[in-house]
Amino acid sequence: MADVFTTIYDWLTGLLAGWGASQLVIDLVMGLLGSIITVVYLLTLALVIIWVERKFIGRVQDRIGPNRVGPWGIFQNIADVVKLLFKEIIIPKGADLIPFMLAPAITVASVFLIWAAIPYARTLIGTDVNIGVLYLVAVSSLGVMAILMAGWSSNNKYALLGAFRAVAMLVSYEVPMILALLVPVILSGTLRVNGIVEGQGVWYVFSMPLAALIFYIAQVAEVGRSPFDVLEAESEIVAGFHTEYSGMAFAMFYLAEFLHAFTISAMTATLFFGGWRGPFAQQYPTLGIVYFFIKTFLLYMLNVWGRATLPRLRIDQIMSFCWKFLTPLALVLLVLSTLVDKVASILLEDVVPNYYAAGSLVEMLPRSAVLLSVNLLVGLLAVVWIARQGRKERQRLAALTSPAPIERQAAR
Amino acid sequence: MTITPVTIAFAIMAIFALGGGLGVVANRNLVHAALFLVLSLFGIAGLFVLLEAPFLAAVQVLVYVGAISVLITITIMVTRRIMGITETINRQWPVAAIAAALTLVTLGFVILSQFSGQMPVADVPPDTIARMGAAFASHQGYMLPFEVASVLLLAALIGAIVVARD
Amino acid sequence: MIPLHWYLLVAAGLFVLGLYGVLARRNAVAILMSIELMLNAVNINLVAFWRYLAPEALNGQVFAVFVFAVAAAEAAVGLALIISIYRNRQTVIAEDVNMLKW
Repeated sequence: MADVFTTIYDWLTGLLAGWGASQLVIDLVMGLLGSIITVVYLLTLALVIIWVERKFIGRVQDRIGPNRVGPWGIFQNIADVVKLLFKEIIIPKGADLIPFMLAPAITVASVFLIWAAIPYARTLIGTDVNIGVLYLVAVSSLGVMAILMAGWSSNNKYALLGAFRAVAMLVSYEVPMILALLVPVILSGTLRVNGIVEGQGVWYVFSMPLAALIFYIAQVAEVGRSPFDVLEAESEIVAGFHTEYSGMAFAMFYLAEFLHAFTISAMTATLFFGGWRGPFAQQYPTLGIVYFFIKTFLLYMLNVWGRATLPRLRIDQIMSFCWKFLTPLALVLLVLSTLVDKVASILLEDVVPNYYAAGSLVEMLPRSAVLLSVNLLVGLLAVVWIARQGRKERQRLAALTSPAPIERQAAR
Repeated sequence: MTITPVTIAFAIMAIFALGGGLGVVANRNLVHAALFLVLSLFGIAGLFVLLEAPFLAAVQVLVYVGAISVLITITIMVTRRIMGITETINRQWPVAAIAAALTLVTLGFVILSQFSGQMPVADVPPDTIARMGAAFASHQGYMLPFEVASVLLLAALIGAIVVARD
Repeated sequence: MIPLHWYLLVAAGLFVLGLYGVLARRNAVAILMSIELMLNAVNINLVAFWRYLAPEALNGQVFAVFVFAVAAAEAAVGLALIISIYRNRQTVIAEDVNMLKW
């Protein structure tokens, strides 16, 4: 029972070989099986996490959440799906049919494709491409084109405007995301996702917490969840780029958004929180999948917590936050931490024999301590800088809105 | 000639690439032409994978499909003219067709005479990406072109912002 | 295995399609899209020759990476110019931008 996955895989391939299948057919069948299992379990998981989210948000907002359909409302999502299945897909007049129909499919596909490269356990991964991290980023950027297609083919001004805003936001937040993504790659020295997980003797969130935070915030903006959900903004721009979608096509966008939020939690867990690592996960790979899902769920609940409590940001606030704060911060962090890392490795050459060790807890402590101190320093500077900016802004606003000219003179 | 899965994959990717290219050149509707460009770029990314250059395939999807296609599509949508679909082919298209055909014939002749039936000389070493990364950072490698390309991208970034502002 | 000349023929076909598009289309954005096709054809050529004739050397892939960078820079600046021309002249037809013609 230590390694369930390899056992099942060997048994299945043995079965197929016993039936006289060539190696090619075996590879094809196993790959197909893996894809089908992934898609099925993700779709089922979507039902569960949407229920969890609605109950959680309900409790945070001092109400119960769905509780009519089934005990504690657990069949609410099935009822929703059935309703959306039977709803008519209204195609607006003058809409471009092929991009209109393709856009939801491409959005969902770009989310599912990410799961092909995420390791669930030491021996369970879809495909361990040696460009793993680059593949994750490339596939995430497919969704941008789909949003543009959806917004334009709806033949609707508001949809187009919403699509432009969405694309501007998504493309902008890719920059700090990739800069923060470089950190696990630098620390583990490989682009392979399983290699990054195996190199986390000390979880990267403990040695570079600021990078993890930047990555998580940028990813939440990439999905378009609160507080960055100006993409759909149910109270503002009608429904953004998917205004004209109804029925199953809308269900695809809805599904893609929740799944994407879960997927980014999985990515953060893999890259910064050690993925499948935990006590005894190396010897018993079956435990790895348990740890992986626990971490992913916790990060997802963090996201839901943010959605339940934080107000929505305006698009100009979002853009200035990205370009004037996150990107310079990520750049400074990257440059400073690699510089200090190199200097420390030279200075500590006599004291610490194996500075660049990766994989075991004790060996990685010196490097983690150095990087942690750099992170805390940069974080402190960033907080101080934000506080000063905030104070200046408050003073400016107070000076503008003070009641009488005499007070205004005194304040200046 | 044996039909292996690699051959089938190559055929599919080549059809995407060339079909998409045809769609770009021949389509009256510009947004459709942009979508055909995306299809063509995907086919080319598939060809890179078949050529055992996965890094380039990922960079192709990330840069071309994820960024340049979005730029082109946004520009098309912003500069749309409301007054009907004008002619998309200009007056000199016969000359263009002849020039293109001549180029194709010349290229085809050279290719088929020099490289017909050429098979891979050796296998790709497994650590290509690591060596490329090291080469981009070493003096004997490609550090200078790398820095110059960074300056070029910076100039393009600033230039695009300045030119496209009001 | 796939012989080299198939890849080269696909690249040549793409290049010729791009060439026709540049010479025959009226809209400036369409011309830019055709230029992107030509650059991609060049990339396929580079990588195919790298794979088939010199897989241990790095030159082919590195050259292709630089072609990516240059193509991205050129597309960005070109599209910015087109938007600026559209704002001033209300047209993106390449023939209509002829103030400097005698």
